[in-house]
Amino acid sequence: MQQKYASQIHRCFRCGYCKFPTDYSSFNCPPYRRFRFETYSTGGRLWLIYAWLKGEVEWSEHLAEILYTCTTCKNCAEQCPMKFAPDIIDWIVGARSDMVEKGRIPPRVARFFEAVQGYGNPFKLLRGDRAAWADGTKLYSKDDEFLLYVGCLGSYDENGQKMAKGLSDVLKSSGVPFGILGSDEECCGNEVYMLGELGLFQNLAEKNIQKFKELGVSKVVTLCPHGYNTMKNNYPGIGGSFEIYHYTELLAELVARKKTKPSRKTLKVTYQDPCFLGRYNNIYDEPRQVLKSVPGLELVEMERNRKDAFCCGGGSGNFVMDLLAGGEDSPARIRVREAYATGADVLAVACPGCLTMLTDAVKAENLEGKLAVKDISQVLKEALP
Amino acid sequence: MVTTNAIYESLVKIVGKDFVSVSKEEKYFYARDGGLMPAHEPDFVVLPKTTEEVQEIVRLANREKIPIVPAGAGLALTGLVIPQKGGILLDMKRMDRILEVNETARYVIVEGGTTQGALKSYLQKHHPHLRHSMPDAPPSATVVANAVIHGQGRLAHQHGFNSDMVSGLEVVLPTGEVCRIGSCSVSPYWFSKGPPLPDLSGLFLGWFGTTGIITKLGLKLYPCKKMRDVMVLLTDKAELVPDILLKLSHTEMVEDVVISAQPLPLRFRGTFWIMTYITGDSDEELEFKRKMVWDAVWDYFQSRDVGILSISPDTKAPLLSMPSKDTTRFADVAKGGGFQYAGPITPIEKFPAFIRKLEEVASKYNVFYGSTTRLIGSGHCMMFSFSFSFNRANPDEMARAKKALDECSKFALEEGAVLWKADMDEQKMLMEKMDPNTLNLIKKIKQLLDPNGIMNPGNWEMS
Repeated sequence: MQQKYASQIHRCFRCGYCKFPTDYSSFNCPPYRRFRFETYSTGGRLWLIYAWLKGEVEWSEHLAEILYTCTTCKNCAEQCPMKFAPDIIDWIVGARSDMVEKGRIPPRVARFFEAVQGYGNPFKLLRGDRAAWADGTKLYSKDDEFLLYVGCLGSYDENGQKMAKGLSDVLKSSGVPFGILGSDEECCGNEVYMLGELGLFQNLAEKNIQKFKELGVSKVVTLCPHGYNTMKNNYPGIGGSFEIYHYTELLAELVARKKTKPSRKTLKVTYQDPCFLGRYNNIYDEPRQVLKSVPGLELVEMERNRKDAFCCGGGSGNFVMDLLAGGEDSPARIRVREAYATGADVLAVACPGCLTMLTDAVKAENLEGKLAVKDISQVLKEALP
Repeated sequence: MVTTNAIYESLVKIVGKDFVSVSKEEKYFYARDGGLMPAHEPDFVVLPKTTEEVQEIVRLANREKIPIVPAGAGLALTGLVIPQKGGILLDMKRMDRILEVNETARYVIVEGGTTQGALKSYLQKHHPHLRHSMPDAPPSATVVANAVIHGQGRLAHQHGFNSDMVSGLEVVLPTGEVCRIGSCSVSPYWFSKGPPLPDLSGLFLGWFGTTGIITKLGLKLYPCKKMRDVMVLLTDKAELVPDILLKLSHTEMVEDVVISAQPLPLRFRGTFWIMTYITGDSDEELEFKRKMVWDAVWDYFQSRDVGILSISPDTKAPLLSMPSKDTTRFADVAKGGGFQYAGPITPIEKFPAFIRKLEEVASKYNVFYGSTTRLIGSGHCMMFSFSFSFNRANPDEMARAKKALDECSKFALEEGAVLWKADMDEQKMLMEKMDPNTLNLIKKIKQLLDPNGIMNPGNWEMS
């Protein structure tokens, strides 16, 4: 990957298409929208990486920060008109990998790696507490059809834990045979990969794959689109081929087959497409199908939706490191303003990263009591009789 | 002169610390564009949000005699916003509000950093029966920068240069005063940039930011028809192109005429695509216009000098898109992330000679080439692009592309063309050929408006 990015990265013309959604209505690149210097756009970033490779710009903390504020939301790859568009994320990851190998990364990124390496999660929380949310949810056994992979946010983050619990309850009430890994669960590695620590990623992925194989897992349902992405797209390359589902896919099937029957609930809901579900894996319909299965629920779209959805700013580990934090121009705050403008009561999410970023943003925007951020399983759970 | 640190602190006071940079990274990026002109770093990169902030920055720069360069997206590709003498680079794109659309007087007022993409999107959503003349530059190009360089867009055939469509300006003068130009100087309405007053807009349009900073701009809007189509006429005879253009223009039925010439893929070599755009509010209107276009070129069709390309909806879609992404894709023809073009404005009779020159020069310097010509006015002139794509990782190829450009520009000037958005080398060529009294007038105006020579120095600068 490193050689490839180094020999190709000069091809960016810095035309700026990468900053926009399809209709050009606003800026859709989270760090550019936040900081507004061209250096924080994909074009700026690629030109600076090329300058660094050529020795025209020396490494600095600012350069590393510019590189690491990219949330790898993939809007740039979606909008870039050039043939190399599908490679852009690989170029970003390749450059980060170079910085990792040289030990030249921002301190917050280094701490992220240290935590994952030492504790199996980015929060430096005890492995033994990983299933503290589970409240009786059983461990996976061979009789189970699905392994529910909860991920670090679902295991440790307060909002994520509620999400994991909500999903677990819905699955139980629908009679889905599933179990969890509990304290044996390891970080999925998606963020570690996106941040360029490819060795650590390999290590994490191999541990998970080995564990899945030992337990005879064939179907994995993930709480988090980030885990879904890496298990679906990266794990097969290192010997981990399983059937991977995001929980919204499973819920969509359950409501379609009437295994889950929500009752009437009058509610106006808008939905945030997670980058790793939408742009990375083209899953746009299933979350909406679940929401629409609730009688009386009105789904209203934000102007930027589906492949044009504006990232919450949490990707590439930023839901922990928060390199884009602060101020009213932070992506999450912009996004909750857009959600509120639809007149929705609920901003529905399908990602624990989005859940925590947008919940914080609602507080910062003083929208508590006016706009609730809930994950789709919670919306569904509340509509169950 | 006060210290750099003191200037930095003053700038921070004006716009806030988040919007001033003296970092190497920002200096590196804003020192260059996607073209071939040598880089030169600014000392400060500043992102103002309001006219008042611009005003304060200009006053500071004028007081301390610091160069100041207002910039849009840097997509002219001819180095016009490369800060040749350092100083303050003003990235205007935080000033991005669309302030007013007057539906009946058909104009819009935008702030100085509003992008073409944002304006297009806004009009489509809120005023779908109105449009502006969208250029084929990427959507990040700003409305103001495009007017300042006399850009052309989709309505160039009907209404001329985009600068002709300006309907008013708010300008921060180099000495810090805010000045309104046009009807808005005496009225709340921004319907005219000059008439019936003395037209002062000419003091700012075409000057590349050397006479002031445009913080607001009124732009004329035009009817947006419900339907749009393109007819692709083909000919392999360059000498017929001027007459074909005149005949098409004579119909007064076409929205836009663009002629494309490129050697690769090989099926395109030696054939000119004359893309003729028509619009209508009904099928009947479109059909009538199609017939008018047919009638205009019928004799050439019968003599088999002109054909029409039958194209699928999939092929047609990119031709109809605004802006055209294909224009940008030319930068990757050499798989190298760069292109620049000389775009002389010239009478249309020059098309055959210019095409011959383009092919000759491309062969001589062994560089990738292409050309996109746009009809301006009712055939009053055209923009002919000598476009060269190059690999940024190949300095030798970049040098050859620059030589090719310079030779084409020199040729075009000798043929009677006037160079568009001229780079510094081309500006020198233009000024050498310019009537001395005209040149002197430019000098006097510049001196009057910008006594300390702080505005985008190096451009339109006489030795």
